[in-house]
Amino acid sequence: MITLSHYLVLAALLFSISVAGIFLNRKNVIVLLMCIELMLLAVNINFIAFSFFLQDLAGQVFVFFILTVAAAEAAIGLAILVLLFRNRSTINVQDLDAMKG
Amino acid sequence: MNFEIPAFLPAVPEMFVLGMACLILVLDAFLPDSRRDITYGLVQATLLGAAGLTFWLAGPETQITFHGTFVADPMSDVLKLATYVVTFFVFLYSRPYLMERDIYKGEFYVLGLFGVLGMMIMISAHNFLTLYLGLELLALVSYALVAFWRDSPRASEAAMKYFVLGALASGLLLYGLSMIYGMTGSLDIATVAAALTAAEEGMNVPLVFGLVFVVVAVAFKLGAVPFHMWVPDVYDGAPTAVTLFIATAPKIAGFALLMRLLVEGLGPLHGDWQGMLVVLAVLSLTVGNVIAIAQTSLKRMLAYSTIAHVGFLFMGILAGTDTGYASAMFYIIVYALTAAGGFGMIILLSGRGFEADQLEDFKGLARRNPWFAFLMLLLLFSMAGVPPTVGFFAKLAVIQAAIGAGYVWLGVYAVIFSIIGAFYYLRVVKLMFFDEPVVERAPADRGGVFATAISINGLAVLALGIFPGLLLTLTHYAISG
Repeated sequence: MITLSHYLVLAALLFSISVAGIFLNRKNVIVLLMCIELMLLAVNINFIAFSFFLQDLAGQVFVFFILTVAAAEAAIGLAILVLLFRNRSTINVQDLDAMKG
Repeated sequence: MNFEIPAFLPAVPEMFVLGMACLILVLDAFLPDSRRDITYGLVQATLLGAAGLTFWLAGPETQITFHGTFVADPMSDVLKLATYVVTFFVFLYSRPYLMERDIYKGEFYVLGLFGVLGMMIMISAHNFLTLYLGLELLALVSYALVAFWRDSPRASEAAMKYFVLGALASGLLLYGLSMIYGMTGSLDIATVAAALTAAEEGMNVPLVFGLVFVVVAVAFKLGAVPFHMWVPDVYDGAPTAVTLFIATAPKIAGFALLMRLLVEGLGPLHGDWQGMLVVLAVLSLTVGNVIAIAQTSLKRMLAYSTIAHVGFLFMGILAGTDTGYASAMFYIIVYALTAAGGFGMIILLSGRGFEADQLEDFKGLARRNPWFAFLMLLLLFSMAGVPPTVGFFAKLAVIQAAIGAGYVWLGVYAVIFSIIGAFYYLRVVKLMFFDEPVVERAPADRGGVFATAISINGLAVLALGIFPGLLLTLTHYAISG
């Protein structure tokens, strides 16, 4: 029997992988975008699991909105990526150091 | 299942801004570059119209509509009006800057207007869903605006950093919200608060877990230490006109986010988040004020000063009383107005192909233009909290609120660090009044409108300081009804 906690653990694992990916990745900005998508999908699993076990539709509605926003976010992220490559001819995370931050 | 038609009236300002933004977007596509002033004029008219509508619909009662997802109350009215005023000044200041860099495009203003819409939705949110959508609308607009100057490598680098960390913050916020949703069974802010009050006894681990994520995400969005890494780089790398936009009005929306999420939604968990805000406030005050001293770029210095100001904002909120919330609201409105003037001054001194964003550029300003130097003096005094400017009363109010909540040591700590902070503000004053000019150029002539606007902005800081009662009454009315 698959219980709520199974879903929550899976979502927590995916979420941890994505956060670790953002902080450990030193190579490629595209991987960062993939990590961000993974993070939002982990949240979606959480919402759907809760929605199902609470018998409440609001969580699933929220997921549709998250998917839509994630699409818009990916579009803007890729647009910035193209711009970055045009201006600096690299998308290596380590080379983004014109400003020390 | 019956479907009720919701009351549209409380949301009329939002609909007006949305409609006008779409209309201007289409209209702008048909305008030649020489007629760009039409877009600018329409955008400013939209802000004025929205202000008129909000003022007309403002009332002391709380109206909840759209099936509990949207609220219009005194707080939303006051915050929206402050947003319009600040954004109006921002758009006015950015116009000559954009023209000189050949990026005077309609997109800047239309994106800005959509950003205002996002802030309005955040301010009026009464459901986690509307709160999230408003936040994302504002965030996506901000990323696009930072990358707006397409030929600047620094701007695109800043945009990428902003995007990655902003998206990370959104992800953290959503994860926290999903936990809270799971534990309370609702996305509606009032229902969440009621469910939390009912289930008061004992520590609910998943709930506190969700709360931590939410607080971290809010700290990311506002730029509080230790989640401040993006602030200096984005402020520095973005074109000054965009820095001006993202450094001012979104802070007001950030305050609304704190109020709606932590105070109205998670108010029953006040004891849990108070401690987190104390830590964030202490770290922000320390790091913001100390690192600002080491900066040679005025934009970076103001970025670190923003971080310190967020610390003060948290001090007002963590008090957990109506007085505390009102003082935090007073603080953030004053800060947004002062920051608009400060960044506006950088634009004023910049010229074609020349950015006046280094401290050097302000040397001897008093000899080149005494009036502008005096206005800058007022703005810096207000940020440092020197009476009789309004910044003094803002700091006084939040420190009083924190002491009233029993955090005497935090009040003392804040006073010590605002004295340390006064050093770098007064250093700019010294550069302006006592040093020899390095650049022998008079500030470019920005026309009467710009000079009038920045004079009003600078003098407002002084006038509100001499008569703080009006704004104080307004913020108390906004919180207590």
